[in-house]
Amino acid sequence: MTDPLMPRRREVHPDPYWPDYKTSLTRSPNLPLLSMESTVSEETGPRFGHNMLGKLDNNLILNYTQGAAPAVGERIRVHGRVLDEAGRPVPHTLVEIWQANAGGRYRHIKDTYFAPLDPNFGGCGRTITDETGYYEFMTIRPGAYPWPNRANDWRPMHIHFSIFGHAFGQRLISQMYFEGDPLIDRCPIVATVRDRSQVDRLVAPLDMQNSRGMDYLAYKFDIVLRGSRQTMFENKPEGM
Amino acid sequence: MVQRLDTLVETPSQTAGPYVHIGCIPTFAGVEGIYPEDLGLSPIQEGAKGEVITITGSIYDGTGWAMRDAMVESWQADAAGIYPGQEGADPKVTGWCRFAADKDSGEFTLRTVKPGAVTNRDGKVMAPHISLWIVARGINIGLSTRIYFEDEDNSADPILARIEQRPRVHTLIAKKEGAGAYRFDIRLQGEGETVFLDL
Ligand SMILES: [Fe+2]
Repeated sequence: MTDPLMPRRREVHPDPYWPDYKTSLTRSPNLPLLSMESTVSEETGPRFGHNMLGKLDNNLILNYTQGAAPAVGERIRVHGRVLDEAGRPVPHTLVEIWQANAGGRYRHIKDTYFAPLDPNFGGCGRTITDETGYYEFMTIRPGAYPWPNRANDWRPMHIHFSIFGHAFGQRLISQMYFEGDPLIDRCPIVATVRDRSQVDRLVAPLDMQNSRGMDYLAYKFDIVLRGSRQTMFENKPEGM
Repeated sequence: MVQRLDTLVETPSQTAGPYVHIGCIPTFAGVEGIYPEDLGLSPIQEGAKGEVITITGSIYDGTGWAMRDAMVESWQADAAGIYPGQEGADPKVTGWCRFAADKDSGEFTLRTVKPGAVTNRDGKVMAPHISLWIVARGINIGLSTRIYFEDEDNSADPILARIEQRPRVHTLIAKKEGAGAYRFDIRLQGEGETVFLDL
């Protein structure tokens, strides 16, 4: 028996259609979504085991060279917890990240920005939360980069996150920004989230307590997924 | 004043962007050697029970252009309608797959077993279907939809029954193109717009 997911609060998410983000204009549905309570198809989802992880999967400084040579850039540690809307930790769930290198260049066939590739940086990593929902990565601070939108648009420094939860209906992709980056308030992709307090939740604070002298700075990034509505009254067919 | 609710608010989505492949299917992006292979290459393993089918399609934007940069995930039950992780599930069905639109043609292919009808929590039976989740540059929050099948009895499906404008129902139904072969196109916006789900 699975539990119904809490309905998604669309108002805390980005507007799908956002004129300043040009590509969204032709990639957002015109018609309303069909809403109903989740079913078992959304309440179940893929699971991943810790045994699929390689030792360096959550270390983007070293994983592209399998430890042979470190990537260039400011060394940082990104860590936090995955929780659900009910405040419960989400244990043993897959967290994937990807990002540009220190110069703002992605290792991707479609990225043609002239900042150079770093031969020692691939740009992706993954980990699985522990039983308390905790995760951590070592990486380098990604560079800001220009992108083709309006004539002079720049993405703030960011790390892309993909999180699963335990139900397919919890699936989420988002981005983490860095405290103090002046490009955050100038970014039309950030601005798709209209609720300012929700934007703040995408900005990871510098976490000196968890930084290590002469080694790395830490940033704290907690993630909240949809929760499920647990009730003792509903676990039986309708009307019974 | 009243007591404060102690529920948290979901982290807002942000677009997966044009380089989603690096994080999710790095080999597709040209990033090799970090993982042994990309995750979710197939939703089935050798020996999965049921009819093996392929579903081919494209994802069109509002101008009718087949997108080259979308990534899709699918989730489904096994041939008996049981989800992986549930009691009695086929151990050869992982149920989850990741695939991308081809960077030249924009076409995707999903090879899987046809799922069985699924009984929901309330006892109602849903016709065989595969759930899809679509992300790409310009999609600010992932889009959910379902693939149903033309050659199944969809008449009592509770989700399809909720679609008020009956001509839109066909946007969720894969067309049979031959033995074990189906076509399922997705239109994000405009004429023939696919029904997207919020559930
Ligand atoms: Fe990016």
